[in-house]
Amino acid sequence: MKHRAEYRDADRARRLAAEIARIVRRPWAIMEVCGGQTHALVRNGIDQMLPPEVEMIHGPGCPVCVTPVEVLDRAIAIARRPGVILCSFGDMLRVPGSRGDLFAAKGDGADVRVVYSPLDALAVAARHPDREVVFLAIGFETTAPASAMAAKLARDRGVGNFSLLVAHVLVPPAIEAIMRSPGNRVQAFLAAGHVCTVMGTGQYPPLAARHRVPIVVTGFEPLDLLDGILRTVVQLEAGRHEVENAYSRAVTDSGNETAQALLAEVFETVDRPWRGIGTIPASGWRLAAAYRDLDAELRFDVAGVTAAESPVCRSGDVLKGALKPDRCPAFGKECTPRTPLGATMVSGEGACAAYWYAGRRPRS
Amino acid sequence: MCLAVPGRVESIRVEAGVRMGRLNFGGVLKDVCLVSVPGIAVGDYAIVHVGFAIGRLDEAAARATLRTFAEIGRLEEELAELRATSDPDAASSSA
Ligand code: SF4
Repeated sequence: MKHRAEYRDADRARRLAAEIARIVRRPWAIMEVCGGQTHALVRNGIDQMLPPEVEMIHGPGCPVCVTPVEVLDRAIAIARRPGVILCSFGDMLRVPGSRGDLFAAKGDGADVRVVYSPLDALAVAARHPDREVVFLAIGFETTAPASAMAAKLARDRGVGNFSLLVAHVLVPPAIEAIMRSPGNRVQAFLAAGHVCTVMGTGQYPPLAARHRVPIVVTGFEPLDLLDGILRTVVQLEAGRHEVENAYSRAVTDSGNETAQALLAEVFETVDRPWRGIGTIPASGWRLAAAYRDLDAELRFDVAGVTAAESPVCRSGDVLKGALKPDRCPAFGKECTPRTPLGATMVSGEGACAAYWYAGRRPRS
Repeated sequence: MCLAVPGRVESIRVEAGVRMGRLNFGGVLKDVCLVSVPGIAVGDYAIVHVGFAIGRLDEAAARATLRTFAEIGRLEEELAELRATSDPDAASSSA
């Protein structure tokens, strides 16, 4: 597996890392919220370029990782019904539910299809009017607008055989929950750039003020990440706690207001369980009353399906930043991407898999 | 799947009342819903996530992002995902 590739800006990256080392005085723990950022940090060895004072804690921002086991169990139960086509993003197929995964259900004859977009799932429904087509709608604020559009078009076009199993989650309530959790070590956040492309930055100043924590909106490339970390350390050393936008080429203060209007029409906020973390108040979206007939949970009556985690897996501690993946006793032993015990090992954006693919091996 | 990737708008059409575009992602063409980027035109760049444009990007920034993603090996992963999910059945009916 290739990692720490040499890229055109590697020199500038080293200079940014040196600047961070020059200004840092005290130890700081900074959380990158987004799994895409975790992947980029680990893969490019950015966390290892940083001075020892700066510790990166890998946050819960991988939607595949935080989707609760019961959502997978519900998806599998629906997929196994006769006449159903279950459409999902590819990375959900190997995520372990309580008994098996969607891939296994497919092997047993269930019609499970990988789609690139919720809109492709809607197209499948239009082509198969005799089947019930269900889209497993996971993801953060970045992904939700596409799901909302699929729901709206299903309504507008009268596609009656299409529904969504919705498990969308939201970043700001997760930041709130992390700051409130006992023993929290996080002192600053890199907020996920693309979430803010949709939602803007307006949700963050109250959080930064309430918890006296700097929040820097950051992109996904090595230089973006180092720039975000540098700005965070500058604030921490100066005792400031502001919201800063280090990704202005893709993020405006107000975000994408057209997409926000679509989200407000189709979804409403709901308390949602996060895998490994527990229920976070108002941390997710479900279909609003006017769209509730498109809710697969109700259509297939699977809301009662509940589930339990693997007792060995410590992904909850990993997601909260209390444990580094390579310190988990199962990491690289019982648990590898081929035999994942927890969701953080399944998705390439999960912290455990990111460590594994970057060639890091057990330290416990 | 978290990543959003910049793509260049090659053509725009209205399909059953919805503004759709064919976008070019480092050589891979994909149909994308453009309702959330009103005013976007052929030749412009959009930030696209799961078939839906979530924002616009100026050309210099888009090119720089694509180049960096290519250099760090990220673009290949994303393009592989795009290619893997170009279901020919879906492509023929949506074209
Ligand atoms: S290494 Fe495996 S068992 Fe350990 S926390 Fe990560 S996913 Fe869970």
